[in-house]
Amino acid sequence: MGLLARIALAHLRGRVRQSLVSVLGVATGVGFFIAVAALMEGSQRDFIATLVDAIPHITIRDEFRNPAPQPIRAANPDAAVQLDGLKPKDELRGIRNARARLAALDSISGLVAAPSLRGQVVLRYGGKDMGVSLIGIEPARERRVSQLEADLVQGRLEDLHTAANAIIVGTVLAEKLGARVGDTLLASSAAGIRLRVKVVGLFRTGVMGVDRGQAYALLKKVQVLQERPNVINEIRVKVGDVYQAAVIARDLEARLGYRAESWDEANEGFLDALRIRNIILYSVVGAILLVASFGIFNIISTVTYEKARDIAILKALGFAERDIRWIFTAEGLVVGAIGAALGWGLGYLLCRVLSQVEITLQSETRTLPLYEAPAFYALALGFALASAGFAAYLPARRAARLNPVDIVRGAQ
Amino acid sequence: MRRVTLKATGLARVLPGAVPVTLVRDISLEVTAGEFVAITGPSGSGKSSLLYLLGLLDRPSAGSVEVDGQPTADMSGDQLAALRLAKLGFVFQFHFLLPEFSAAENVMVPLQRAGRLDSRAIAEWAAGLLAMLGLADAADKRPDQLSGGQRQRVAIARALANDPLVLLADEPTGSLDSVNARIVWESFADLAHKQQKTVIVVTHNAAFAAAADRRVHLVDGRIVSDRPATA
Repeated sequence: MGLLARIALAHLRGRVRQSLVSVLGVATGVGFFIAVAALMEGSQRDFIATLVDAIPHITIRDEFRNPAPQPIRAANPDAAVQLDGLKPKDELRGIRNARARLAALDSISGLVAAPSLRGQVVLRYGGKDMGVSLIGIEPARERRVSQLEADLVQGRLEDLHTAANAIIVGTVLAEKLGARVGDTLLASSAAGIRLRVKVVGLFRTGVMGVDRGQAYALLKKVQVLQERPNVINEIRVKVGDVYQAAVIARDLEARLGYRAESWDEANEGFLDALRIRNIILYSVVGAILLVASFGIFNIISTVTYEKARDIAILKALGFAERDIRWIFTAEGLVVGAIGAALGWGLGYLLCRVLSQVEITLQSETRTLPLYEAPAFYALALGFALASAGFAAYLPARRAARLNPVDIVRGAQ
Repeated sequence: MRRVTLKATGLARVLPGAVPVTLVRDISLEVTAGEFVAITGPSGSGKSSLLYLLGLLDRPSAGSVEVDGQPTADMSGDQLAALRLAKLGFVFQFHFLLPEFSAAENVMVPLQRAGRLDSRAIAEWAAGLLAMLGLADAADKRPDQLSGGQRQRVAIARALANDPLVLLADEPTGSLDSVNARIVWESFADLAHKQQKTVIVVTHNAAFAAAADRRVHLVDGRIVSDRPATA
């Protein structure tokens, strides 16, 4: 071991109790950092997985991100043009050439697509009305792009073919209406069409908005109900890598012209909320390490004060300022490193304990979602060493600048 | 002609402030190898201040110091530290031994910092220095297990560790009883006369000063006499 390191360790051994408190402070910070990071990342991944399962990865709709430019503006891009009395063109809604576009999407490797017609209807049962988004699907294609079949808690996707006007609703919606499988609801669309529909299945995605506000029926039936024969207003796409959905969506939008929205764009608000939650929680855990670094600052400051004579003689003997800085910064780093090592153990134990905790959500009992990654351990170590090093560097710099003559005179 | 190991020219040290305080003024001095010099003077006459300037622990307000022919005025702090490590040794009134280290480890500190020898040679050299100062049995003892005289001799051994050209001591016998003080003083004389070290010692003790080769007497920061001690 080098001379400077031996001096640094000797100083720490001289203040065992204070050093131990500082080490425990760092260990606590590192341990909770690891546990909270695992919990946050686990819950975030769990949430995203639930979300991604519940909705299409990309939804192509019969709308445009930007309105088409007026021809006169397109012809005179540099001119100042004022248009009065403009009325929007009464466009026929729906994706044009939908079947051809669907075939084109199917030909792209890694993508599968399914057509649908989405429209608002009111479902009435037992005097209760609930507005829902009714999605017309083709079951054979639907199972390729969504988890609907896996989310069914009652009934099967094929059951949509068994009844004349079959519908699958979310468990929350069914509960609010008081309806069960086999019951017949009255569906009314904005077009004024009414149909009696029979509940043939219930699904639960875990996303409240979906389970309460969506229902599925055969595409043909929804086209009748919406009075839009042969119209498709959505193409839902599934991709191989959900985290590439935004990039693929931009590409599809450029190819097709229609707005293509990825799952993360559609849930930007949720994801922003997750980011804010992460910032808050990391700040709280970071504060623990900050407090621990105050402890390190305190101990190193005390040691530099107590060891002023040692500093003076070391400088008189020919130690450079950087040697003195090194000694005291190393003391902080040693405290940080030992604390981080203990914190790793504490973090691992906390993760084991948390992984045993069971929670009940929507009558489903499960363990807390944890995601443990070596990166969290590395991050905690880096943060602990950086804060410990910085906390020690400040008094170390002051110690290095001490004038040995002042100390020697004071001592004598 | 003897080798000049330390040369001061026009040295002055003024502490800045609302009322500047002059510690030493216009001091020129040459000291040679093998010379044992005592710096004397009343309290506040600038003895220690002069020693710190000669030892490169403090920077002069005016004038310059040369160590073994090397001008030091334009040197950085790190360069001065390196020069102190290589050519100067210090002993203070208090021993300033590192309390966590044994006597031998304290002596090894400058050797290890210089890094010129391997660990075995360092240990042997330190043991030899302690033996020379009559401390062979105290090598493994910590400072709090040693008497005052032993601690001061360990401090001398540490000052000699890197075989310096110049040994500077500030009241090294001030905290010792007469027996230990005489042992320490005789050690200095031996170092100058037998090992050709330059030894410069600040002391209040007139009897000890008389036993040096040369006595420099300061009053109010000026040299008022500089002559052979026995004269």
